[in-house]
Amino acid sequence: MKISRKYFRTLSVASVASAISLTMVTTSGASSGGLAKGAPVKIGISLSLSGDFSGDGLAFQQGYKLWANDVNKAGGLLGHKVSLDIVSDASSPTQVVTNYQKLVSSDKVNLTFGPFSSLLSLPAGKTLSRYGYALVEGAGGGPSVFQGGLKNLFDVSLPVANNLIPFATWITSLPASSRPKTVAYVTSNDPFTQPQVTTIEGTLSKAGIKSVYNKVFPAEVTDFTPIADAVAAAKPQVVVLGSTDVPTVSAFMQAFEQSGFTPKVFIATGGPDQGTTFIKAVGAGNADGVMVPNAWYGGSANPLSKKMVAEYLKLYGGTAAGVSSDVVEAYSVGEVMAQAVKATGGFDNKKIIAYLHSGAVMSSAQGPVKFNSVGENVTPTAFTFQWQGAKFVQVNPVKDPNSVKVLFPKPAWGK
Amino acid sequence: MATGLTLIFGVMDIINIAQGILVILGAYLSYALQVHWHIDLFVGLLITIPTMFVVGIVIERLFFRRLTGPEKTGMSILVTYAVSLLIEGSLNMIFSVNDVQLQGSYVNKSFAIGNIHFGFIYVAGFALAVVLLSALYFMLYRTRFGVSVRASVADQTSAALVGIDVKRVSTITFGIGVAVTAAGGMIYGATNAFNASTSYDLISRLLTIIVLGGMGSLGGAMLAGVGMVFVGDMVGVVWSPVWSSMSYFIVLAVVLLVRPQGLFGKQSARVA
Repeated sequence: MKISRKYFRTLSVASVASAISLTMVTTSGASSGGLAKGAPVKIGISLSLSGDFSGDGLAFQQGYKLWANDVNKAGGLLGHKVSLDIVSDASSPTQVVTNYQKLVSSDKVNLTFGPFSSLLSLPAGKTLSRYGYALVEGAGGGPSVFQGGLKNLFDVSLPVANNLIPFATWITSLPASSRPKTVAYVTSNDPFTQPQVTTIEGTLSKAGIKSVYNKVFPAEVTDFTPIADAVAAAKPQVVVLGSTDVPTVSAFMQAFEQSGFTPKVFIATGGPDQGTTFIKAVGAGNADGVMVPNAWYGGSANPLSKKMVAEYLKLYGGTAAGVSSDVVEAYSVGEVMAQAVKATGGFDNKKIIAYLHSGAVMSSAQGPVKFNSVGENVTPTAFTFQWQGAKFVQVNPVKDPNSVKVLFPKPAWGK
Repeated sequence: MATGLTLIFGVMDIINIAQGILVILGAYLSYALQVHWHIDLFVGLLITIPTMFVVGIVIERLFFRRLTGPEKTGMSILVTYAVSLLIEGSLNMIFSVNDVQLQGSYVNKSFAIGNIHFGFIYVAGFALAVVLLSALYFMLYRTRFGVSVRASVADQTSAALVGIDVKRVSTITFGIGVAVTAAGGMIYGATNAFNASTSYDLISRLLTIIVLGGMGSLGGAMLAGVGMVFVGDMVGVVWSPVWSSMSYFIVLAVVLLVRPQGLFGKQSARVA
């Protein structure tokens, strides 16, 4: 009994001490409004620098670094130089939680930027919510992210559920004589891809486009050949692929070509927007006619985008068409946070969250940004892009002045 | 890919977790030869296979020579994992984490027999695997060195007693086990976009294959490899892709319940 009491007392003291220290960490993090003169502002970021999302993680890192360079060249945020504290999460939803806990508790960062993907943004947002930190991110636009009801999470990009709507509108507006008659839907069970694909199924069905294949595959699948062969065997005229990365798209394209199957329309939700990386993986001749939905491309007329692309090319080389959309998504995160910091006059996360929820319209390289109550950006328009030769061009919405004619039907592979 | 892994285990009792990243290293070597010197993927094997053999020798000398005693197999997992991380980090620094894929005029081409299309690269890959396996069998069963290898697999102490230089045999075997990853890596890189992290997907599949085939059995690795691809593909096409990956492990679990040593593994090898 004596031992038990002693044990209980020790446990109680330890619990109270832990609670106090946790509160101190939370408080210091949430109210990091005042920084000593000349001290850098530390921004904590978890990125997928290895694992499934490593290609996107690297592009995000480029975007964040590009933004930090630009801000520091212009004197920093409110006179404080920006210092990025980037840790790798290996594309793991578990590691991303540990990383943000470390960034806040141990590294004592002042602000936090988001990881890559909806899969990682939600756990990151939940974790930072407990510390009172705002999480501004650029690649967590899946509906499941916003259904979490988090008040501290803000996605500066296009909410993904509506990504394919301009594409569906274009297909259904084609004259009945040339409109495709059959479609295959094949998607990874990822929060980024599935909502996009399911959103347009009803629209295409109502227009008389019959589904001849509709399957979901687990995200951990690495051998896509049998699935692609099954799609090819169904001979759909349209293939809608719910993909997150380049390897998935290139595997389907290779299997289609080997099966002697060329759909009239081929659109993938992610991968073809990766610029040079996509071209290197699939070969320049094969990209022709491949489509992808997004809210931005390297040739965007937005002055902020033009400035960013010019600086990107100066730093990393390449062409405007080769700039991954991940870069601009990350860059836009920085732009939005900078405007919130300027508007609130400091680095107080509580004030920043309130400002971002205030309905203020901010600007970014992707276009205007305005958040609703769950952190969705309500302003962007979805576009569809297509590789035409070595060019990555906007093709939808058809009536948009910047859209060019869709390459339809898609040329045979390698032609 | 799996034959190298099972050969190394058979002779050295080393579970080479680094085999996945070595396959990717082989793929990157082919990539470098193709991009910088425009050397055809298959011709490039004349350079990459010997290079990977040397890489294997160096790794064995640096990391595995000192691994001895009853903890050797367990420790080998940790050591090879460390080697794997070292190579992965180096590849990320040299090639970045952007996905690449090996290109060639024949990579995406196919021929048809009736309604069935066969990708040239898959047929060539299968033929290459048969050639390499035949060469390995010839070496093991028709050469003096092969006798030394088989004696070392059976009992290292007895082999040493009859004058076989077991350390030398182990070093060369490790080199051969790594050399074959050059061929596996080239075929893998031509059929999949990859970066250094892809090795994690590979090693899990390779380990599954050699456990199913029986650890240390070359024929078992070949049969299990073909069998698992067949089962996965059939399940994916006929039933649902959702169960495709799971089907490997169901087959593995069933086989291990009936034959704990795998399809062609020897019970004594497990006891040792």
